[in-house]
Amino acid sequence: MDALLQQVFAGLATGGIYASLALALVMIYQATHLVNFAQGEMAMFSTYIAWALIEAGMPYWAAFFITIGIAFVLGAVIERVVIRPVENASVLAVVVVFIGLLVILNSVAGWIFTYTIKSFPSPFPRELPFGLRFMSPHQLGAIGVTVVVLLLLYAFFRFTPLGLAMRAAAQNPESSRLVGIRVGWMLALGWGLAAAIGSVAGMMVAPIVYLDPNMMSGVLLYAFAAALVGGIDNPWGAVIGGFVVGVLENVLGAFVIGNELKLSVALIIIIGVLLVKPSGFFGRVQVTRV
Amino acid sequence: MEEKSITALLGANGAGKTTTLRAICGMVRTEGTIRFSGDPIQGKRTEDIVRLGIAHVPDGRGTFLHLTTEENLRLGAYARKDRANVARDMDRMYAYFPRLKERSHQQAGTLSGGEQQMLAVSRALMLAPKLLLLDEPSFGLAPLVVRELFAILRTINAEERVSMLVVEQNAAMALELADNACVIETGRVVLSGSAAELKKDDAVRRSYLGY
Repeated sequence: MDALLQQVFAGLATGGIYASLALALVMIYQATHLVNFAQGEMAMFSTYIAWALIEAGMPYWAAFFITIGIAFVLGAVIERVVIRPVENASVLAVVVVFIGLLVILNSVAGWIFTYTIKSFPSPFPRELPFGLRFMSPHQLGAIGVTVVVLLLLYAFFRFTPLGLAMRAAAQNPESSRLVGIRVGWMLALGWGLAAAIGSVAGMMVAPIVYLDPNMMSGVLLYAFAAALVGGIDNPWGAVIGGFVVGVLENVLGAFVIGNELKLSVALIIIIGVLLVKPSGFFGRVQVTRV
Repeated sequence: MEEKSITALLGANGAGKTTTLRAICGMVRTEGTIRFSGDPIQGKRTEDIVRLGIAHVPDGRGTFLHLTTEENLRLGAYARKDRANVARDMDRMYAYFPRLKERSHQQAGTLSGGEQQMLAVSRALMLAPKLLLLDEPSFGLAPLVVRELFAILRTINAEERVSMLVVEQNAAMALELADNACVIETGRVVLSGSAAELKKDDAVRRSYLGY
């Protein structure tokens, strides 16, 4: 029983990280109807920036917030410079751009920071108070950070005029222009936000998977699975999907198929969801008149 | 167009009525000059034209279907600088269209056609515009609903001093509502004058009023 609980809590911790990254995927999907394959590499690159800042002697939390800021700017710049020119191109062209972005970010990170695996610090204390033994401090901290990020995002989209304008621009660009929303900027802002969320996910997962240019490939796969479980167009679904995938991955990995085959859980989930319920469990079913 | 009046734009299918409205809003590329209060506005971006006080109720209503009625109205006021008056204006819209107040927290996509048209008009008015462009406000609505809507448009024109340019297929109703009217054919104005004059005009009567 203890072992099972431990795996469940570990699953919730990584699940929160998948949830954040899945949320970043959903945000970009809602605006562009495409899945950003480079989301994981963007997060990895930001994590390296955080590592460099900490190595330079900056305190952890200062580096944490500065990295979020840098990731936001980089995300917005990528939208303006790389994505904007292919805005009206075919789906395949944009996917190629995403993959190009993935490869470029991966190589540039390897070139600047080398492919040697590095450890990344956790900001949380070594020992938990009250003798909690089901969770490591980092796991508990990661869940806390994820929850804070999710609440902030919810408040932003639900209660601020800018958040409302971003939702409007994603849904109906033409009408948005007619009420005076600068749709182009909203898209850039969306990319910035997605990149910022991704950077948090990267910094939270790095102490667990260690820092190297390929650290996010597995994480991104789980995030895809999470987004699909929830329905790729539903932010709440993505969050719930993230936690579900995290727990399933850990429990199945520990007790059923073994740690080596853990990643296949993500693939099984992806294929299973696509076969049984392609719109996900919380997604909107699109009906088209023919 | 005369300030603070209602002008109807009439014409057959494909005459260029909708295109005229879209040209004013900078949604299609144009040649020539479009002046608003004396200043040329052609070539500006839609977002900037809106900020000059031109609100557009587009063809197909342009509702944000997945947002609530209230969120749709709040978006209408997005480009406004006087945030303080937004709440007051929202109450005014609810007074004009009490049905919208009942549905304020409902997803706009679940509203009926007539309600969505009311919402589209209210959303445009939330900008506190100087000029309101209406593209086929009667489209798809029951005659009774159209009459109700047009009566309210008349009241709004009188109370809020908003100029209106109305594109309509239903020429009889449009001439009823408007002070002035223009008839266009394949992009050219062929006739214009006061609504009363046009109603009497034989050619208009035969081609557009059908009696």
